[in-house]
Amino acid sequence: MEFTFFAAGIVALATTARVITCANPVHALLYLITSMLALAIDFYALGAAFAAVLEVVVYAGAIMVLFVFVVMMLNLNNETVAREKSWLRPQLWAGPAAAAGLLLLALLWALIFGGIEYGGITGEELAAREVGMNLFGPYVLVVELAAFLLLAALVVAAHIGRDDTDQVSDAAARGERVTTNVRESR
Amino acid sequence: MMEFTQAEALGVLATVAKTLIILVGAVLMAALMIPIERRLLGLWQDRYGPNRVGPFGSLQVVADMVKIFFKEDWIPPFADKAVFVVAPAIIMVTSLLAFAVIPFTPTWTVANLNVGVLFLLAMSSLGVYSVIFAGWASDNKYALIGAMRTAAQMISYEVFMGLSLLGVVLLAGSFNLGDIIESQRGMWNVIPQFPAFVIFFIAGCAEIHRAPFDLPEAEQELTAGYHTEYSGMKFGMFFVGEYLGIVLISCLVTVLFFGGWLGPWLPGFVWFFLKAFTFMCFFVLLRASTVRPRYDQLMAFGWKILLPIAIVNVAITGAIVVATS
Amino acid sequence: MKNAAQTAFSATSSVLRTIGMTFMHSFRKRETVLYPEEKPYLPPRYRGRIVLTRDPDGAERCVACNLCSVSCPVDCISVVKAEDETGRWYPETFRINFSRCIYCGFCEDACPTYAIQLTPDFEMGEFDRQNMVYEKSDLTIAGVGKRPGYNFYRVAGMAVGGKDKGEAENEAKPVNIKTLLP
Ligand code: SF4
Ligand code: SF4
Repeated sequence: MEFTFFAAGIVALATTARVITCANPVHALLYLITSMLALAIDFYALGAAFAAVLEVVVYAGAIMVLFVFVVMMLNLNNETVAREKSWLRPQLWAGPAAAAGLLLLALLWALIFGGIEYGGITGEELAAREVGMNLFGPYVLVVELAAFLLLAALVVAAHIGRDDTDQVSDAAARGERVTTNVRESR
Repeated sequence: MMEFTQAEALGVLATVAKTLIILVGAVLMAALMIPIERRLLGLWQDRYGPNRVGPFGSLQVVADMVKIFFKEDWIPPFADKAVFVVAPAIIMVTSLLAFAVIPFTPTWTVANLNVGVLFLLAMSSLGVYSVIFAGWASDNKYALIGAMRTAAQMISYEVFMGLSLLGVVLLAGSFNLGDIIESQRGMWNVIPQFPAFVIFFIAGCAEIHRAPFDLPEAEQELTAGYHTEYSGMKFGMFFVGEYLGIVLISCLVTVLFFGGWLGPWLPGFVWFFLKAFTFMCFFVLLRASTVRPRYDQLMAFGWKILLPIAIVNVAITGAIVVATS
Repeated sequence: MKNAAQTAFSATSSVLRTIGMTFMHSFRKRETVLYPEEKPYLPPRYRGRIVLTRDPDGAERCVACNLCSVSCPVDCISVVKAEDETGRWYPETFRINFSRCIYCGFCEDACPTYAIQLTPDFEMGEFDRQNMVYEKSDLTIAGVGKRPGYNFYRVAGMAVGGKDKGEAENEAKPVNIKTLLP
C-alpha cells in the first residue's frame, strides 16, 4: 500500500506540474484528469475508499467533463497554443514561483522538525457507513450549509437559464414542432 | 522486498489467472455480441443476417476482425494526434475495469470492493472522456457535435443511474455487489424496485449510447458522430467498446435487480449467464424496434420524468427501510 | 395533469407495443432469397451477359455495321469489319469489355440484324479484370437466341452471296429507273 501511495503521489505531482506548463488547454485538462485519478488512488491507499470513488465520480467524471466541454466550445487552435507559450516567460513566473518555493520550504521545515511522526500507510478501510455517520453526526451543520450553498447555486442557475418563451418550450417538451419564430412572438 | 510464502504466491497466481479469464471472457462475449446482434436484427426484420462464414455465421466476427486489422489505420493530418490515439483506449480500459467488481459466482470476482457500486459509476463516468476526446481530437464538425451531445447525455443520465441504484443499495445496506446479490435471496430486487430497474435500464442504454439513445453517433444526421474520422483497429476498439458496454450493463442489471447467480437447480454461473444474455438480446430488440428521440426530448425525458421518479423511489424506499428496521 | 398522465400512458404503451410487435416478427417468414442455393427466376428479356447469335441456317448474323458500338453509352464494344469473297460483311474482331458494360441493352436495340442479344445470365465474376474482356469466340453462340427464324440477308434487299436484288422474301423485283416502261 505504501508503494501504491507514493507511486500515485509522484504521478499526481508530475501531472499537476504539466497542467501548469502545458500550452495546449485540452492537453492540460487531460493531465488534470490524470492527476485527479492519481489523487483518488492516494485516497484509496489511505483507506478512504469512499472518498476515492467519489473523487472519480464527481471531480474526474462530472466536473472535469464540463471543463472539457467549455474548452472544446472555445474552438482553440494553434494560435492560442502559441500565445499561451509566449505567456510562459520566466519573468512572469519567477516571482510567484519563488514565493511558493518559500512556502514549500516552510512546510518541509515544519514536517521534518515539527515532531510529526510518520504514521505509516496500512490501507485500512474506512467504510461508507462511518463516513455517513460522521457527516450526519458531528458535521451535520457543515453538510446543511453546503446544501444551502448548492441550493442557492441551483436557484441562480435556474434563474439565468430560464426561458421566457414558455409557450415554445412547452410545445417542444410535448414533442410538437415549433414553427413560430421566437423573436417575432414576443 | 516482501517475502512470499508458497501459498501466497499461489494465491496471487490464481487471482491473475482469474482476472485474465474474466477479461478474455468479457472481450470474447463482446465480440460474440456482434454476430449475435446482426443475426437477431435479421430475425426481427424478416431477413437472415450474416449466415455464410462458419456455422450459422458465427465466424463472421473473425472475418470482420481480420478485415479491420488489415485496414489502413489513418490519422487525419488536422487531428490532435496524442488525444486521437488515447481516446479509443479509454473506453476499452474503463469498460474492462468495470468488469473487475462484478461477481459472476460467489467466488468469481476479481476485486471484491466494498464500494463496488460506486466504482462502477466511476468507471462509466470516465468512459465519457473517450467519446469527448475522440470528437474533439478529430477536428471535424460532425465528430464535435457528437461529442457535445455525448457530454450532455452521459452526464445527465449518470445522475439517474446513480439515483436509481440508491434504492437497491438501501435495501441491501451495502455498496458491495456480492452483498447486494445475497440480499436478494428472498425476492429479486426487480419486484420492490421496479421503477429503479426501468430507470437503470434506460439510463444504462443512454450511458453506452445504444439505440434508441445513440444520438452521439446518429448515422443519419452525423455520418458516424464522434468516430467519423476513425478507421482500422482504432475504430474496432470503439466498436468492441460499445459491445463491452452492452455486456457490462446486462451483467449489472442481472446483479442489481435479478439476483445475479441465484437460482434453483442450475449452477450459479449458468444462471448468471442466462440472465445476462437475456438482457443482451433485449438490447438488440430495443435497437430493432425503437426510434431515436430528438435531442431536447432526450434531455426533457431525463430531467423531467426520470429524475422525479428516481428521487421519489429513493425517498419511499428509504422511508420503508427506516420504518422496518 | 390528466393530460400529462394520458400522454405518458399512451407514449409508454406505444413503445411497449412496438417492442412486442417487433418481437413477434421472430415467427414470420423471412423475405431473403438465399441466392446461390436458391436461384431467382429471371425473365427471358432480362439484360445480362451479351451473346452474338446465328441465323437459322447457322451463318453468323452480325454484319459489322458498328451500330451497336456507336450506340453504346460507355463505348465498350469494338468491332472490326471484314468482307468475304461474296461481298458479305462480317466482324473480324468483336470484343466487348464487360467490366465497362452497364447492361443497358442499347446495343441490342440498335442492331439491325438481331445479332447482339442480352441474356438472363449475370454470374460473370472474375478474379482477373482482363478476363472480363470477351472476344468474338466467347460471345458467339450456336443458336438464334430470342429471334427464331429471322435471317437478315433473306429479308434485306441487298445483293450478297448468290442472292441478287429482288430475290429476298416479300421483295418486289427492282425497278429499272432507266426506262419509262411500267
Ligand atoms: S448493354 Fe449497353 S453498355 Fe453494354 S455493350 Fe450494350 S450498349 Fe454497351
Ligand atoms: S452486332 Fe449488330 S449492330 Fe453490332 S455490328 Fe453486328 S450487326 Fe451491327
